[in-house]
Amino acid sequence: MTSEPLFASGKTSVNGKGLSLVPKTDVKQSLKDFKSDQEVRWCPGCGDYAILAAVQSFLPELGLKRENIVFVSGIGCSSRFPYYLNTYGFHSIHGRAPAIATGLAASRPDLSVWVITGDGDALSIGGNHLIHALRRNVNLNILLFNNRIYGLTKGQYSPTSEVGKITKSTPMGSLDKPFNPISLAIGAEASFVARTIDSDRKHLQSVLREATAHRGTSLVEIYQNCNIFNDNAFEQLKDPEVRDDITVRLEHGQPIVSASKAVVRAANGGIEVVARDSVGDDQILVHDAHNPDPSVAFALSRLDEPAFEHVPIGIFRQVARPAYDTLMAEQLDEAAARTGAGDLSELLLGGDTWRIS
Amino acid sequence: MTKQVQQLDRVIIRFAGDSGDGMQLTGDRFTAGTAEFGNDLSTLPNFPAEIRAPAGTLPGVSSFQLHFADHDILTPGDAPNVLVAMNPAALKANLGDLPRGADIIANTDEFTKRNLQKVGYATSPLEDDSLSEWRVHAVPLTSLTVKALEDFDLSKKDAERSKNMFALGLLSWLYHRPTEHTIKFLEQKFAKKPDIAKANIAAFQAGWNYGETTEGFSVSYEVKPARLAPGVYRNISGNQALAYGLIAASVQSRLPLFLGSYPITPASDILHELSKHKRFGIRTFQAEDEIAGVGAALGAAFGGALGVTTTSGPGVALKAETVGLAVTTELPLIVVDVQRAGPSTGMPTKTEQTDLLMALFGRNGESPVPVVAPMSPSDCFDAAIEAARIAVKYRTPVMLLSDGYLANGSEPWRLPEISDLPDISQEFTTASNGEDGTFLPFKRDTETLARPWAIPGTPGLEHRIGGIEKADGTGNISYDPANHDLMVRTRAAKIAGIDVPDLEVDDPDGDARVLVIGWGSTYGPIAAAVRRIRKGGGKVAQTHLRHLNPLPANTGEILKRYDKVLLPEINLGQLALLLRARYLVDVISYNRVRGLPFKAEELAGVIQDVIDSDQ
Repeated sequence: MTSEPLFASGKTSVNGKGLSLVPKTDVKQSLKDFKSDQEVRWCPGCGDYAILAAVQSFLPELGLKRENIVFVSGIGCSSRFPYYLNTYGFHSIHGRAPAIATGLAASRPDLSVWVITGDGDALSIGGNHLIHALRRNVNLNILLFNNRIYGLTKGQYSPTSEVGKITKSTPMGSLDKPFNPISLAIGAEASFVARTIDSDRKHLQSVLREATAHRGTSLVEIYQNCNIFNDNAFEQLKDPEVRDDITVRLEHGQPIVSASKAVVRAANGGIEVVARDSVGDDQILVHDAHNPDPSVAFALSRLDEPAFEHVPIGIFRQVARPAYDTLMAEQLDEAAARTGAGDLSELLLGGDTWRIS
Repeated sequence: MTKQVQQLDRVIIRFAGDSGDGMQLTGDRFTAGTAEFGNDLSTLPNFPAEIRAPAGTLPGVSSFQLHFADHDILTPGDAPNVLVAMNPAALKANLGDLPRGADIIANTDEFTKRNLQKVGYATSPLEDDSLSEWRVHAVPLTSLTVKALEDFDLSKKDAERSKNMFALGLLSWLYHRPTEHTIKFLEQKFAKKPDIAKANIAAFQAGWNYGETTEGFSVSYEVKPARLAPGVYRNISGNQALAYGLIAASVQSRLPLFLGSYPITPASDILHELSKHKRFGIRTFQAEDEIAGVGAALGAAFGGALGVTTTSGPGVALKAETVGLAVTTELPLIVVDVQRAGPSTGMPTKTEQTDLLMALFGRNGESPVPVVAPMSPSDCFDAAIEAARIAVKYRTPVMLLSDGYLANGSEPWRLPEISDLPDISQEFTTASNGEDGTFLPFKRDTETLARPWAIPGTPGLEHRIGGIEKADGTGNISYDPANHDLMVRTRAAKIAGIDVPDLEVDDPDGDARVLVIGWGSTYGPIAAAVRRIRKGGGKVAQTHLRHLNPLPANTGEILKRYDKVLLPEINLGQLALLLRARYLVDVISYNRVRGLPFKAEELAGVIQDVIDSDQ
């Protein structure tokens, strides 16, 4: 029975980190605890399987009460995700998951709320909700599965497809410049922005670890392979021959390098990629994800233009900023502290009244 | 000099001026004094959508009409007895509504050549004989105000600004309104600018004294307090009553209120009001758009809040998909539509009843939604609680159809006893309901057909819901044809089975052969028209729908009881379409879509015509 009034907000207004307001469990959990009884119905070979398995095996690590975890999704292949997790779940409508999750997380700081979305869902129809969720900094973990194609509607180009993409709806090639989700998120005042890859479970989970520890909105772009409509879109990042040269690992406090390349300050004030052996170690840019100034993080998000020559992977930006739900709860507390808890009779009698007898 | 005092049973005053002249404030203050005095009253503000249309022009005219009486009244009145015209535009825009013989108090200072030209007067109507059929009181309001304030250290412009208070003072004298209240109000409003407060008070008192001493006003009028039912009263607008109703619904349901909203005329005041009451644990979320407003409310409802979104017609159009999601996930949600003139942007500050069919049917698929419509400004309070009761009990979105007339209009409201408010709380589900401890999120209550409301944080009841069709019971994704048919019919049956009270008919002698039926905000004008007919010896029955879906069970039986059924609506016959289709009754529609409420006299004429045609 939880029908006690949920008015009490006092307990919620702490400057907690990550999931510190979400109740912990004493019971040891395993991957199995997070599998629902539903048959997983993605295409065989879909990158979503790897992400699902990574998330299911990561969740026990958080040690949260399972009933306090909610996955909210929009529409698209990735948005079926909540059905396969044995937590609370809400498969909503196209593009609106950030809005629905915002209402839930803003009113229930005791929940770990996740948004599962795709490039079409988050960046096309739901673009507005995404940017506003990011600037508000509600305590949400947004996982953006980017496969650079519309899968569920069978193969139209998406807002992250490269220019000239030949698809069913663009037989002569797509005309619109794609969004760069990381640049977009940084521009939208996001406090946590990261990129990872479906096939690299270890890296994916390390990013999730940081994302869940972050209080506020975290956006994690996950490169995800659609083997039906856009196969091998991220092949270079997986190909053992070239991946170590292409992948630029972002680790806070570490030099920004791949196996053969390094990122340095450019003469024009920006940053550039050079051969690693062409510069001394002291010239290589050291990654500062906590820098309040987003300009380097933004520059790093643009490093990979043209695409897939040197792709930064990891946490671009991770800065502390009060979470919206905390601020909201604090205002309720402050109002109650100033004038006392609400009294309906007093409210109605407020203003000018007169009595007729 | 002792002036004559004349007794009146009711008066209709209209204050009209430029948008910048403070007419809404003047009207508000006169209303407050009138309420304090104990008259029954009803108000109708009417203002342009533009914040400041060009000064002195017809589109810039803002007005406030107040009807007050020594008996209970139902409308803000058809035609003013007194027009206060602060400039030529205000006179020209309102003269057409003014019956012959009515008083006009005109601010002569503003009847300059330039201002007259702006509205197309070749000569001043105050000086030619075009106003000979009215009683014109030419008063230099502006210069009298400036003169009254010459001892104050104010610029001429600042002094002129107080002319509305001079007018208020004059009218307060003319109708014996108490003054203490307005003085106190001005002291509080300008607490941080004591000089301005003093100047406004001085202007107000100068206006009063002007009435007392000038020969231009030889008679003042007294309207005795009304004999209303005993109780404590306050004056309240529809939007404020609706906001209070939502707060009461939160308390009475023991659910925290979450409002997701996007600013839109004429609904924004509900957001403003609720955002003031955070100490009730109310979360107000100003969303990035209408869709996010309703989405956040639905998300909060999933988490166990009383989720509400407030908007007007264009916003409802945007929210439709999310309301459909609420229908199929069967979560409680209140969607407040303060209707305004449409289509599209329409006339944002003008009223209409044109969203009924959108509220009922404006979604994809078979998507039934209960609809509740308040019938007066104060009824918005009770209607909000009723909408919440249905939403929570049946786990369904509910449309609450207010409109611009109710939202901004005001009337005295007899405060309810808190102990008389209904307990609308429902228990969250906390225990499994299936075999072997499984939880079936779509296993229904056998009586209400409501599904369990198990909120996150409840152990053992983890489940997934969504917009895809759900298997009966388990809620798992299902494309089974028979299951879909069953779910569509079950959702429809749930809404059709909502317990709404029977319609009551007002027919004092029980022998009327004509029924007039309405819904929503037309109650006042219809009831006032019915009174007129009865006063003249005519027979007419009246009934009013508050629940538009489901309709009361006895609706068809009542409609069929009469020779003729008349249905006035501020649309082109939306409810009429519905009643005709559902009950095969030849409903006579009367429709006007002028952005204004009906007038009682107009409806009395229509009712009389129907009665006459029945002979």
